[in-house]
Amino acid sequence: MNVKLRDPNIIMKLSRLGSFHQSRLSFLRSFLSEFKDWDYRKDMFDLNEKGYGTAIYSFKKNDRIYSLVCFANEINADERSDRVIATKWDAAFTLHDGVPLKKDIERLKNEVPKQEVGRLSYKELTLSRANKSVRIFDHVVENLSNGIQPDLNLLEKVGYLYRTTAVYGSGKFGLADRFRIKNREEINGPFRLEMMLVYLVRQFTFDQVNHVAKNKNPKKAIKLDPKICKNLGIGNSTGLGMAPFIVNHPTLLNNWIFCRETALKKIRELKNIDTKDSDLFINCVRNSVKNITSWNTESEYQLKKIKFLLRDVRKLLNFLEKQFNFEEDYPFNELYLWLERETCEECIEYIVSIMMEPFGEIIKPLIKKMSSDEEKYFNIPTDRTLGDLKAILENKYSNILKIDFEKKENQKKFWFISKNKEEPRIADRFDEQGSNLEQPLAIARDIKKLYERLSVLKKNLKIDQFLIDHEDLRHVVRRAFIIEKFPYSEIQDNTISEDIIPIDMLRLKLSFFGALKFDPRSDKWLRICMFQGAPLPNELKNYDEQWVYKSHN
Amino acid sequence: MKSLSEIETTSKRASRAVGFSWGIAEEVAKGIRMLELFGFPGIKNLNQYYKLINKKKFENLKIIKKNNKSNKLSLCPVNLGVRFLDQIKTLESLKKITFHKIAYPILFIPFLSRSSEVIGKRILIKIEKNTLLFNFNVNILSKFSKKEFPSITKKVEVSFLENKDSFSGKEWNNLYKLSEYTFVEETESLKHGAAGAGLTDND
Repeated sequence: MNVKLRDPNIIMKLSRLGSFHQSRLSFLRSFLSEFKDWDYRKDMFDLNEKGYGTAIYSFKKNDRIYSLVCFANEINADERSDRVIATKWDAAFTLHDGVPLKKDIERLKNEVPKQEVGRLSYKELTLSRANKSVRIFDHVVENLSNGIQPDLNLLEKVGYLYRTTAVYGSGKFGLADRFRIKNREEINGPFRLEMMLVYLVRQFTFDQVNHVAKNKNPKKAIKLDPKICKNLGIGNSTGLGMAPFIVNHPTLLNNWIFCRETALKKIRELKNIDTKDSDLFINCVRNSVKNITSWNTESEYQLKKIKFLLRDVRKLLNFLEKQFNFEEDYPFNELYLWLERETCEECIEYIVSIMMEPFGEIIKPLIKKMSSDEEKYFNIPTDRTLGDLKAILENKYSNILKIDFEKKENQKKFWFISKNKEEPRIADRFDEQGSNLEQPLAIARDIKKLYERLSVLKKNLKIDQFLIDHEDLRHVVRRAFIIEKFPYSEIQDNTISEDIIPIDMLRLKLSFFGALKFDPRSDKWLRICMFQGAPLPNELKNYDEQWVYKSHN
Repeated sequence: MKSLSEIETTSKRASRAVGFSWGIAEEVAKGIRMLELFGFPGIKNLNQYYKLINKKKFENLKIIKKNNKSNKLSLCPVNLGVRFLDQIKTLESLKKITFHKIAYPILFIPFLSRSSEVIGKRILIKIEKNTLLFNFNVNILSKFSKKEFPSITKKVEVSFLENKDSFSGKEWNNLYKLSEYTFVEETESLKHGAAGAGLTDND
């Protein structure tokens, strides 16, 4: 049986991409899998009684060492902000390549807490900062110092002690460029070092809270129960900064989605399923209900999605128990077709993720294909003809070519870079100033413009001749030849329409990171939780791959 | 030290700011990244060129020919580079191309390097008395020192080098004979037992 890959015209719509969930392909899970047999160490923990100071954690294997250097700082309550305009944070972190020398630590102490206005070196790989959830952190300190564990109901509502507000890598602010490290086998997967940073920060938050509680009441204090630690993750506040990334890295986006689609295709093509695998799948679906019912948000948009998700997952469980037979041929294909007919987009993608759980042998080889050598596809094949280009547009952007950009609502928004923070923003083209400095993120509009220009020119004209007088569209000519080879490289939607929901773009990326419990705070930023339920560093050597569906929060 | 990622991003934005399209700005940014990676003063020269770009006029070529004489104006190295790269498959047949008066010729270099990879041939350029050899976008052999790149050059000759050996047949044969000392002479027994395939054509 040959199952076709799903149609990019459906999968690459923003509403579908904004319904994606974490899976075994997600970067934080592949990070844990890759580093599970590395030696973890707490190398330095030099905090004062209030928890301020320096700490270092490392992963080591053979001659390779990665060290997280943490700086915990005292800040005033009115200085604490998750917004990108903040200039101070409760803690700042960098992942150093190797063992930092004393002079490195001194240098980093000056630079890392400054974040965007500091300078890092090629010896540093990633950079981040985080703020306490003060209410939770103080509650945990208070209880532990009095010899009792914290209130689990309260912890459940938040799910973390700290939340990061940015994680930088790949050459930002002087950090090492990707080319310096790309041949290292252990980081042959996207964002692996960013995931390492967040994972080690999580451990720092537990050590810090224990340390502060101990110093507050040395005789009575107890440590946070490791089971509770395990069910705490790291929060993250994410704004529009992430959105352009998926537009600016088309081949990378393709590889992420292509691997997900390939995994689904291969699972649907399995004729017979072992009982242990179908049981594992059903158990994950059943256990995951807890993840849905403990998913806290005040966003009406997300609440509605959660409501339909819960309804449809229960419907699926009922179907699995009462009607479905895994002993029939191609059961996952049948199940997938049922999902398409009977459930919402959010549920389809949720279950697609869970379908991957029993099939590590399908997933593992795909993880290695999720990076991209983008330079290889940068050159435009200028000896091709306009006829070739037009055919690509008609085949690959058929929905986009139907959009009428003369209508105001279809070009209502524009993307720009803020001068104040050098961060991407989106605004109303007709009400706000600045659209003359628009970023090249209105791909659908520019593709349509390209198509209209091609339509009046001779088909046998070469691309090099066309570009002489149409340089304003060079960026989309390049993209069209990329999508010819990479079917999932383009969002098949209008990123400047009146009704765009930018958090759909963030959600797509965050799902590949492995985030849980998306909590939109507006249509432009959201909070998430990472590593909630994940094994602690001392449990890594032998952990349950399905930990995501076994957290208690 | 600035990372290559920062160099690329800032070069792209600056190129857009001086009036190039986003697509051209992407090309310039990749080029400056390459120059800096190879140790050429890309940022310095781009900066100098962009200081002039809105004060002075530069000529843009549309179609590149065998001999390209500009009028009074110098050629814009960015426009020239992009046109050269775009038209490289046609230009290849010209064997040698001459340009007169190119502003900041160092900014033309990345496009030549990428062109060398596209056509699979080495490209040699003479900028006045100096030469640069582009090896398939893998490396650049240069006689320039960092300070010597002119802000304007009177004449540039670009030659496409045919793919041919840099050694004589005799030199190759000598080396090949040496390599044969790593081979084992086959006995009858080895002929029968050591090969994977059968011994007759029709078995």
